[in-house]
Amino acid sequence: MNWYAIAAIYKFEMARTRRTLMQSIASPVLSTSLYFVVFGSAIGSRITSVEGVSYGAFIIPGLIMLSLLMQSVSNASFGIYFPKFTGTIYEIHSAPVSFVEIVAGYVGAAATKSVIVGVIILATARLFVDYRIAHPLLMVAFLLLTAITFSLFGFIIGIWADNFEKLQVIPLLVITPLTFLGGSFYSIHMLPPLWQKITLLNPVVYLVSGFRWSFYDLADVGVGASLAAIAGFLVACLVAVGWIFRTGYKLKS
Amino acid sequence: MRNPAGCLPMTLLHTEASAPTAVDPVIVVKGLDKTYAGGFQALKPIDLTIRRGEIFALLGPNGAGKTTLISIICGIVNPGNGSITVDGHDVVRDFRATRSRIGLVPQELTTDAFETVWNTVSFSRGLFGLPPKPAHIEQVLRDLSLWDKRNNRIMTLSGGMKRRVMIAKALSHEPSVLFLDEPTAGVDVELRRDMWNLVRRLRDSGVTIILTTHYIEEAEDMADRVGVINKGELILVEQTATLMHKLGRKELTLQLHDPLAAVPASLSRYPLALSADGTELTYTYDTQAEHTGITALLGDLAAAGIRFRDISTRQNSLEEIFVDLVRSR
Ligand SMILES: Nc1ncnc2c1ncn2[C@@H]1O[C@H](COP(=O)(O)OP(=O)(O)O)[C@@H](O)[C@H]1O
Ligand SMILES: [Mg+2]
Repeated sequence: MNWYAIAAIYKFEMARTRRTLMQSIASPVLSTSLYFVVFGSAIGSRITSVEGVSYGAFIIPGLIMLSLLMQSVSNASFGIYFPKFTGTIYEIHSAPVSFVEIVAGYVGAAATKSVIVGVIILATARLFVDYRIAHPLLMVAFLLLTAITFSLFGFIIGIWADNFEKLQVIPLLVITPLTFLGGSFYSIHMLPPLWQKITLLNPVVYLVSGFRWSFYDLADVGVGASLAAIAGFLVACLVAVGWIFRTGYKLKS
Repeated sequence: MRNPAGCLPMTLLHTEASAPTAVDPVIVVKGLDKTYAGGFQALKPIDLTIRRGEIFALLGPNGAGKTTLISIICGIVNPGNGSITVDGHDVVRDFRATRSRIGLVPQELTTDAFETVWNTVSFSRGLFGLPPKPAHIEQVLRDLSLWDKRNNRIMTLSGGMKRRVMIAKALSHEPSVLFLDEPTAGVDVELRRDMWNLVRRLRDSGVTIILTTHYIEEAEDMADRVGVINKGELILVEQTATLMHKLGRKELTLQLHDPLAAVPASLSRYPLALSADGTELTYTYDTQAEHTGITALLGDLAAAGIRFRDISTRQNSLEEIFVDLVRSR
């Protein structure tokens, strides 16, 4: 294992994060605060509680998941797209690194950044509402698993994309709708029966549900199903990344 | 100072490196070809052995396949059929062993604009699996006149400085083989000179250097051996001197004592050219030919009463040879 290479890539990516600190940290804090003002106050004044949890507290896990998914995908996709775009990727290819090391460096850094953002949102939420965390260990596990899995997914997008439009299209047209329809702001039990069924096809539902369960013991679907869903997606991403590096797809001509 | 024996190993090393019989292969390319995804065949099967410690120049016109060949050896482009070994290690199966030996300065100027010089060079060392060694990075940066710029962001540097940064990155992990892909294209005179000095120093320290260049005089000056590639085909590989000798034409120039108005009819059987002011007579001959004709020419000149005050010869440049070679295909 080329540990120095993993460390080099990781440090390089984290330095990039530091250079864009404002945009990396300030924007999620701001948008979370806005969500609280808009959803928490405006809607929360009508829906006082969901299954015994105040509406403000209820949306916290969903809000964190939302940012976690967006951040992971955008950090990781940009992280690998950029060296492809500028051409500096030649150095990665010419270095004695295996794909496992490349992925560990890029995905590790992207996941780290989104976990930091998640924690900041959690802290920011404290300013607005009180909440508790019933299963802290599982909460952390969900946080890490989701960050890593979606960073992997972002990494794949970054390799697949050969222009900036393609880089944006999946986050914009797939991730965003799925997260907003993924039960971040409501319990799926509030939906009409048919939609409750359809919504179960949305993988984000499982993530939000599992994550919320680790806070409040409240779940739309079983925790096992949530864990299985995230693990399944993780494996799928790993397989895809392995295939990309084996074939050199979009990486080497 | 009291120990002249300190010089001895260098001398030995040098003798060994320049002895044509001692072939110690570093890179062995066997039957390597390459067809890009679009169906374009960039390399026809190539056999090439690079010897330890030599400077090897790969010459060829644009699109000949130089970058493709280098990129495959370095791991940037997937190989086609055939095999490549570096120090006996296969570049695909045993890529860690081969890549950690190789430093690459690619043709295109691609750098991380936002990073500082120091960070980007240290990054390269880490990427190649080596622990930090600030003293080495410092030495490399000093050698390349980059030390004063170490804390500057790369985007603030001039093109020449960026090129130096790319060389520094390639040297960060102390490679034993260095590839320079058109290192002097678009580079100013000062940097070019610095670069060649560096290349010589590296070679003296035992590094094998493979370069491609459009400045063919440089290959002629620098390279121990030259490979000529055209349309993906390696046409020939020769000692630079042998190539010059084998294919070289020489020019004999006579500085005349008294200007001539025209070449006398008695000398018309010689390929002679008279300079515009009539003070220089140039004779072109083939070094390979059994008779150069010089003796006869000098005799006939004397007979015609033409006196000259100086005489000089000039070897044709590799460029001329090269153009001939490529044209004859
Ligand atoms: N990625 C690629 N896909 C298709 N063709 C390529 C690719 N890279 C290079 N070529 C073609 O291969 C040929 C050799 O290119 P290259 O190795 O860059 O030549 P050189 O370095 O000698 O100028 C050129 O005709 C070039 O257009
Ligand atoms: Mg080239």
